[in-house]
Amino acid sequence: MSSAAAPRQLRQVGLDEVRAIARGAAVLGTGGGGDPHIGALMAAAAIRTHGPVALTPLAELPDGAVVLPVAMMGAPTVMVEKIPSADQVGRAVDVLTRHLGLEVTHVACIEAGGVNSLVPVAAAAELGLPLVDADGMGRAFPELQQVLLTLTGVRATPMAVVDEKGNCAVIDTVDNRWAERLARSVTIDMGCSAMISNYAMDGAAARRGLVPGTLSLAASVGALLEPGVAGEDPASAVAAHLGGRVAVRAKVVDVERRTTTGFARGTAVLEGAGEHAGRRLTVDFQNENLVLRDGDHVLATAPDLICLLDTASGAAITTEQLRFGHRVSAVVAPCDPRWRTPEGLALAGPAAFGYPDDAVLLEGVPA
Amino acid sequence: MRIGIDVGGTNTDAVLLGDDDAVLAAVKSPTTSDVSSGITASLASLQGVRAFDPAGVRAVMIGTTHFINALVEARRLAPTAALRLGLPATAALPPMVDWPQRLVTAVSGRAYLAHGGHEFDGRTISELDPDELRRHAADMAAHGVRSVAITSVFSPVNTEFELRAAEVLAEELPDVAISLSHQIGRIGLLERENATVVNAALRELASDIVGGLFAAVSGAGIDAPIYLSQNDGTLMDVEHARRYPVSTFASGPTNSMRGAAVLSGVSTCAVVDVGGTTSDVGVLTRGFPREATTEVSVAGIRTNFRMPDVLSIGIGGGSLVRGAAGGAGGGVSVGPDSVGYRLTERALVFGGDTLTATDIAVAAGRADIGDASLVAHLDPDLVRAALSRIAADVADAVDRMRTSSQPLPVVAVGGGSVLLPDHLAGSGEVLRPENFAVANAIGAAIAQVGGEVDRVFAIEPGRRGDVLEAARAEAVERAVANGAVPSSVEVLEIDEVPLPYLPGGATRIRVKAVGDLALTPGPSSGTASGARRGEPVAAGSRA
Repeated sequence: MSSAAAPRQLRQVGLDEVRAIARGAAVLGTGGGGDPHIGALMAAAAIRTHGPVALTPLAELPDGAVVLPVAMMGAPTVMVEKIPSADQVGRAVDVLTRHLGLEVTHVACIEAGGVNSLVPVAAAAELGLPLVDADGMGRAFPELQQVLLTLTGVRATPMAVVDEKGNCAVIDTVDNRWAERLARSVTIDMGCSAMISNYAMDGAAARRGLVPGTLSLAASVGALLEPGVAGEDPASAVAAHLGGRVAVRAKVVDVERRTTTGFARGTAVLEGAGEHAGRRLTVDFQNENLVLRDGDHVLATAPDLICLLDTASGAAITTEQLRFGHRVSAVVAPCDPRWRTPEGLALAGPAAFGYPDDAVLLEGVPA
Repeated sequence: MRIGIDVGGTNTDAVLLGDDDAVLAAVKSPTTSDVSSGITASLASLQGVRAFDPAGVRAVMIGTTHFINALVEARRLAPTAALRLGLPATAALPPMVDWPQRLVTAVSGRAYLAHGGHEFDGRTISELDPDELRRHAADMAAHGVRSVAITSVFSPVNTEFELRAAEVLAEELPDVAISLSHQIGRIGLLERENATVVNAALRELASDIVGGLFAAVSGAGIDAPIYLSQNDGTLMDVEHARRYPVSTFASGPTNSMRGAAVLSGVSTCAVVDVGGTTSDVGVLTRGFPREATTEVSVAGIRTNFRMPDVLSIGIGGGSLVRGAAGGAGGGVSVGPDSVGYRLTERALVFGGDTLTATDIAVAAGRADIGDASLVAHLDPDLVRAALSRIAADVADAVDRMRTSSQPLPVVAVGGGSVLLPDHLAGSGEVLRPENFAVANAIGAAIAQVGGEVDRVFAIEPGRRGDVLEAARAEAVERAVANGAVPSSVEVLEIDEVPLPYLPGGATRIRVKAVGDLALTPGPSSGTASGARRGEPVAAGSRA
């Protein structure tokens, strides 16, 4: 298969695209990011009421555009129980708009992996605004400051945090790490599921700091995995599409989970098949899959994408779903080149998650 | 004595079991469209095979697919309202938003949102507003609603608002059935609500069917209590069945697996049921099926109640066999397509023109079906290759269903089980119980009841052991409340998953406890035989 063919550029998101994005966003979530299901239902409900959402390619964004990202912050487990209120997603954008005294022209997506790929679709439909076909990571990461925008100098704050009851907080911090810390506290008090709008930027800053085309990419990955479309080896098709490779095929033989400081940390132990037959492989995860090892040898690390897909169906498996007996194909795909810089690795490499390993990234990827 | 009856889609099986669980009589008859006449006929056939004293029957256990079929066929569903407590939260996705329209119509579904609900840590989202509930009740009455499903946000953490709302509604709508979500599903609002609405829609039918069962059983002179089988293999009494018909949805496959385990004498095993088109693989741990951990779709509705985890692969007695032997045997394929019910016209052994898995079994001398001379010409290498293909695929399916690297015995049942070898790679010996034809009814008659806890607990540092112990004790208590003999209750499963992004060591803990049903004499048992008197008797307990 040809490598990393440019995905078809979507121009709008309707009900079919929502389904495809949800399937693809689960892959880009690299084990975390929250199940996109609720996001998909919210986006679909908003589209049924307000019509499809226009998608603006990053390159077409005017310099003077006012771009406001929107996302869910908190625990995905809570969001599937305490579903947002009718206007909560749009209100996050409204509150920040009022605070800034600007007129918002575009909604954007901060995280292409997991539930936050589709929350902005719901917001854009509700607000009647176009959505930028891009995101701040090209994948999923657990913390608010882990976006390329931090590297390109866009401030996370002022940011709006709104709950379903009508409470809202506007937070202004000295740096993006403080934004994560204070917003997390507010979110917990709000019941661990809040909507946020942050990283307000103009069109030029968006073009510098966002990953282009990631909603189109999620949709095209999702299309590869549709039942009846996925062939004998869906993982290889996904790997080729993402410009990566199937690093390992294996069976999950153990999952150790640790209860620590609010994140789903643990290690999945895999028994290799094929070229790794007889090898003991491990995947360390903290919500997302972060380090893939063959014995003591590190095969891949964040910020590259380590996606565990069901070998037969190609469906993404979240770290919470992992269990003994799963047949998985580990797809490793290259992250955005800006993550590969020393600053990028400091923000989202193994050390940022407390692992002693040096980053191991796919070779031969054009920067 | 106990009687087990399994009312399947096609056949109704019944068994009479002695107090030592020996099968005294077993009968099979076609399922009838109304439950009671089918049960009456089954009881009469049992009497015909082996005469028994109706007064000596201590319990009648019934498994039925009526309720799931009613949902799938969208018939006899009551006009139902879904009342959700949680405003202003959750309004982005109203009740039944993800349902197929056909089923919303079939239940005349009406959605109501009201204030209430809790946070993950038990704080209130908003206070319950009785006046708001009364206004909703008036609207329900005006629209002919006959059953209501109440779902409050985080009711698995705090049940208060569902219970209080039920009181308000019961005052306003005394003749309407009320189903509460915390008694039916788990965390995951839409899935739990969906299961509760489905349950509510089946309440009238449940009342009718339970009435019919009563009439049939007492018409046969039996005054013993009646129990229904649930998805997880435990029993519920008829009063419970009237209120929770949804708990019977997967009792068919569950009873089949449990019966197979009883007949083979192993309680922790993989059960492979080889039918005409598919092989269904489930896993039993100490006699109970492992439950699916993901959402389960029923008739296109996503739910999260307890269902057994079953893996189906496309290999059965009617599977098409293609390819030629030679090389490594990799050129032969079996299934997934099948001649299905047309086996007796299409298979070679019946004079047909299609090479099926059944022909392979006959050619290999494993089965005596049809005319063996019609497959005598088959290349022995092809036969071997097809059998090893089947063995490898089934072994792989069993392996996928295992939860640990421990070896797991395999029990093979179903008409197509002759296709399986005597040993499976990675599993060892394949057990083939006799009497399988009535395994479902035997599975229904295994008399155990359960109690479950499934909640989010806050685990402070150093307190993990205490929290787990409290959860265990609660599950045991619930099993006893459901009718288990206290001394017999055991904890079957403990599952602990830390939840990401939540403070305070929030951990979802599931504990399941099971014990033997306390069989007590019926109300008119004063003159009954000694076997019906006195202390509860543990039944169905096995190694």
